[in-house]
Amino acid sequence: MRPRYIIGLVGIGLLVAALAWAATGLPAFGHYNQAYGRVAARDAVPTRNGTNSVVITSFDYRGFDTLGEEFILFVSVTGVVVLLRRMRSAGREEDSAASSGEIEEEDMRASTGERWLGAAAVGPVAVLAAYVIIHGQLTPGGGFQGGTVLMGAAAFLALGGESALMLRIRGSSSPIEIAESIGAGGFAAIAFGGLIAGGVFFFNFLPYGKAGLLTAGVVPLDNIAVGLEVAGALLMVTSELFEQRLRGGAT
Amino acid sequence: MGIYPYLVAAWLAGVGFYGVITSRNYVHLVVCLTVIQASTYVLLLSVGFVNGGQAPIFADVPSTSVVVDPVVQALSLTDVVVEATVMALLLALVVQAKKRFGNVDPDSVNRMRG
Repeated sequence: MRPRYIIGLVGIGLLVAALAWAATGLPAFGHYNQAYGRVAARDAVPTRNGTNSVVITSFDYRGFDTLGEEFILFVSVTGVVVLLRRMRSAGREEDSAASSGEIEEEDMRASTGERWLGAAAVGPVAVLAAYVIIHGQLTPGGGFQGGTVLMGAAAFLALGGESALMLRIRGSSSPIEIAESIGAGGFAAIAFGGLIAGGVFFFNFLPYGKAGLLTAGVVPLDNIAVGLEVAGALLMVTSELFEQRLRGGAT
Repeated sequence: MGIYPYLVAAWLAGVGFYGVITSRNYVHLVVCLTVIQASTYVLLLSVGFVNGGQAPIFADVPSTSVVVDPVVQALSLTDVVVEATVMALLLALVVQAKKRFGNVDPDSVNRMRG
C-alpha cells in the first residue's frame, strides 16, 4: 500500500469522525424547529397564493441562489460543448480523409416499431413537460423538473429514428442554443425587473393573483425561463455526445 | 432515530472520498464524486425533516398541517442540478483525457505530464 493511500485513509477517518461528532450537536432527526423553514413553508400560501412552497422558496424568497445555480448550469454546459467541439475539430485535422465525412442516413434508420413508439410518445411527453412547468407554483414540479421531461420528449424523437434531427439542431446559434440563452437571460431579466419595479433584486413585481395558474407573481415566468434553459442545456449536451458516438469520435 | 441519518451522510462522504483516492479510472472517480454529493442530499433532507410532517405543498393538504422545511428541499434541488451539470463537464474532460493520453487512469496521466 502506497503512502499516499495511507495518508488519504487517515484523512478520511478524521473527516468522518469529525462529521459524526458534529452530528451529535444537530437537533435530533425529526425534531427540526427553525423559524426560517416554518415561515417559508407557511408564508407561501397567504402571501403569494401559490401552494408549492418549495418552488416559491426557490424562485422567490431564495431567487438569488437559483440564479447562481442556473449560471453554474449554463457555464458547465458551455464547457462541455466547447470541450467536445474543439476535440472534434482537432480530430478532423488529423484524419481528414478517413472519417470526417457526413454520416450515412442509412446507419441511423430505426426499425418500424421504434419509429411508431417514438412518434407516439413525443406528443404526450411534451404535453406532460408543459404541464409540469406551468403548474410549478401549485403542485410538485417546476422549471428544472419540467425542462428535464421536455428533453425526454426530444430523446423519444431520436429513439424514433429521427437521429439526423438531433444532429441538425446541434451547432452554434442553433434553435436549441438560442432557447437555452433566452431561458438563462430571461431569468436574470425577471430579477432585474424586480430591481426596476420595486428597487430590490428579485422583487416579485407582478400581481399574485387569486387561484389557479396565474398566481405567485413572477414565479410562473421564472419556471418557464428555467424550463427552457434546462431543456436546451440537456439537449445540447446530449446532441454533442450523440455526435461523438455517431462519428466514432470517442470510443 | 436520533443521529443515525446524519451518520449515514458522514459514512457516504467517507466512502466517496475513499473511492476518489483509490480510483484507477476517471469515470469511476466521477461516480465516486457523486457518492460524496449524495451525502449532502441525505444531510440536507434529514436536517429539515419533522416527525409526522408532510410535503410542503399545500395543493392537497390543509395549510395548517405540519410540513417539513421547504428551504432545504430547494437547496437539494440546487444540489441535484449542479451535480448533474458538473458531472457532464467532468465526463467531457474524461473523454478529452482519453483522447490525449490514451487511457483514463489518473496515475499514468500524471506520469506522462511529469
